[in-house]
Amino acid sequence: MSDRDLIVLQHIAKTYRRGDETISIFTDLNLSIPSGDFVAMMGPSGSGKTTLLNLLGGLDRPTSGSIIFDGAPIEKLSENQLSAWRAANIGFIFQFYNLMPTMSAARNVELPLLLTPLNAAERKRRVKTALEVVGLDNRAGHKPKELSGGQQQRVAIARAIVADPKLILADEPTGDLDRNTAVEILEMLQLLNRELGKTIVMVTHDPAAAKYARRELHLDKGTFEERLT
Amino acid sequence: MSDLRLILSGLGRKPLRTGLLVFAIFIAFLIYGVLAAFQSSLENAAGPSSSNRLVVANRINFTQPLPLAYVSRIQNVEGVADVSYSNWFGGYYQEPRNFLLTFAIEPESYTRIYDEYVMPDDQRQAFITNRDSIMVGRAVADQYGWEVGQQIPLSSNVWRRRDGTSVWPVVIRAIYEGKDANTSTGSVFVHFEYLDEGRAFGNDTVGIIQIVTADASENDAVAARVDAQFANSRAETETLSEQAFNAAFIDQQGNIGLIILGVTGAAFVTILLIVGNAMAGAIRERTGEIAVMKTLGFTSVRIGRIVIGETLLLALIGGAIGLALASGLTNMLSGVPELNQFFGGMRVTPQIALSAVGFMAALGFTTGAVPAFNAMRVNVITAFRRI
Repeated sequence: MSDRDLIVLQHIAKTYRRGDETISIFTDLNLSIPSGDFVAMMGPSGSGKTTLLNLLGGLDRPTSGSIIFDGAPIEKLSENQLSAWRAANIGFIFQFYNLMPTMSAARNVELPLLLTPLNAAERKRRVKTALEVVGLDNRAGHKPKELSGGQQQRVAIARAIVADPKLILADEPTGDLDRNTAVEILEMLQLLNRELGKTIVMVTHDPAAAKYARRELHLDKGTFEERLT
Repeated sequence: MSDLRLILSGLGRKPLRTGLLVFAIFIAFLIYGVLAAFQSSLENAAGPSSSNRLVVANRINFTQPLPLAYVSRIQNVEGVADVSYSNWFGGYYQEPRNFLLTFAIEPESYTRIYDEYVMPDDQRQAFITNRDSIMVGRAVADQYGWEVGQQIPLSSNVWRRRDGTSVWPVVIRAIYEGKDANTSTGSVFVHFEYLDEGRAFGNDTVGIIQIVTADASENDAVAARVDAQFANSRAETETLSEQAFNAAFIDQQGNIGLIILGVTGAAFVTILLIVGNAMAGAIRERTGEIAVMKTLGFTSVRIGRIVIGETLLLALIGGAIGLALASGLTNMLSGVPELNQFFGGMRVTPQIALSAVGFMAALGFTTGAVPAFNAMRVNVITAFRRI
């Protein structure tokens, strides 16, 4: 573990109960992700990519082992502490955008800021900046149904970065988009990583998408195989 | 403020559903407002009430008379500060359908005790001095266009005169106003002496005797002393607080309180089921959105609070509209001269409004409790698997 590591997974085991059956996803998973890294996580279905993303995002807890984020373990935090931790440190991007249908793009982007003590004027300023970064400041008042899939995903990216999180977790961010739009989104993630120094962990099935990351981690049978892109 | 925006966003998801729920709640509170105002008007029509006033009636029933002699005996009971008495007159003007809520009273003590009835001093004196006087409430005077000095033929469907007629000529000597908006001005008053000397039967008896106690905390003791004084006599008494007596008077017409409770209760239970069920459905539809909010860092408690906020806001909006309309409706009804005599005090009082706000809050919390609990229990991982 080095000082530059943002996340360190130590001896992570994760099992699920399904009826009488116990399903083991990982038995002894170890991983370090340095600050400023862009990792593409690949692997066959059922290999545990999404489970790992959930563990990294504090949405799920390991059966054993430790998750150290920025030098502090998170696996023992209470639900409320984890909520506050997520609000402060993690930005999420989903495959199906998951925007609030009744809210405008600006209101959607503002959501994570409602968990901060920022006043309305400061929130508005940050929302504007985030939308400018994704090139949608001219669509701030539009509702999700008035935007294309690519635009919705860009709003989701703006939502993920607006609170300036240390880590962005993206679960198949281009899985629902056509090739050209997917490229736009991947270039945007690359820009966030290279220009703004954001640490990104992206789960994808698409080898072409994985090429935009700094490195690929192939997860299979509970272990990683690393490839530099 | 930020939560309010989320609450409004949740309600704005299905405007038609939100509108229908508000409408359902509006109907419930319209019913409640009108019925509660109706009950309040009945209480006002039965007479004003004061904390240190007691009413002595025949123990068998207040329609049975008491000997007039009881009045002077009650005056000497310890703790009694003032006494008056009255008798049901059963009056009407020209035709029985022009019913008048008429009482024969001892004028001096009665107008002294019931200072809720406000009139100029000279009119009060004129009313007390002349036995053929009638004191008329503003609502009645306005209904028939009566003025002070006018003679009217007052008839009674109870008391026949010694000459066999039922018409009691009286002169309007006073028109009283209510001390406040809740005091009904739908009654008229004649002299007891005028009635007692002229009636063909029932002489030297009164309907009820009013007592003012020296101290309201002594009410129970004074009531017990009065009733003990007439125990085992031919006309035993039952002494009640004025409020209890008025309630018993209203109950002659049926248990209005129970009827109102039944109707509004049924309305509220129905609304509870409708809103509760609709909100539970709305939360199920929004499972994915709730999972996203939790993922972003919203705590379960905050999400529960937002859901409760939605049902509370629904109840407050629907309830406020219902209550406002009930207030307008009752004001309109009490402004109709033919109804003013009976429903002059029919209005949505601050007490009714306050209790309605309490019901709105209770409705909001009750209907929101289960959906909020369900929203708080949403498991992010399970929810995302379903999306």
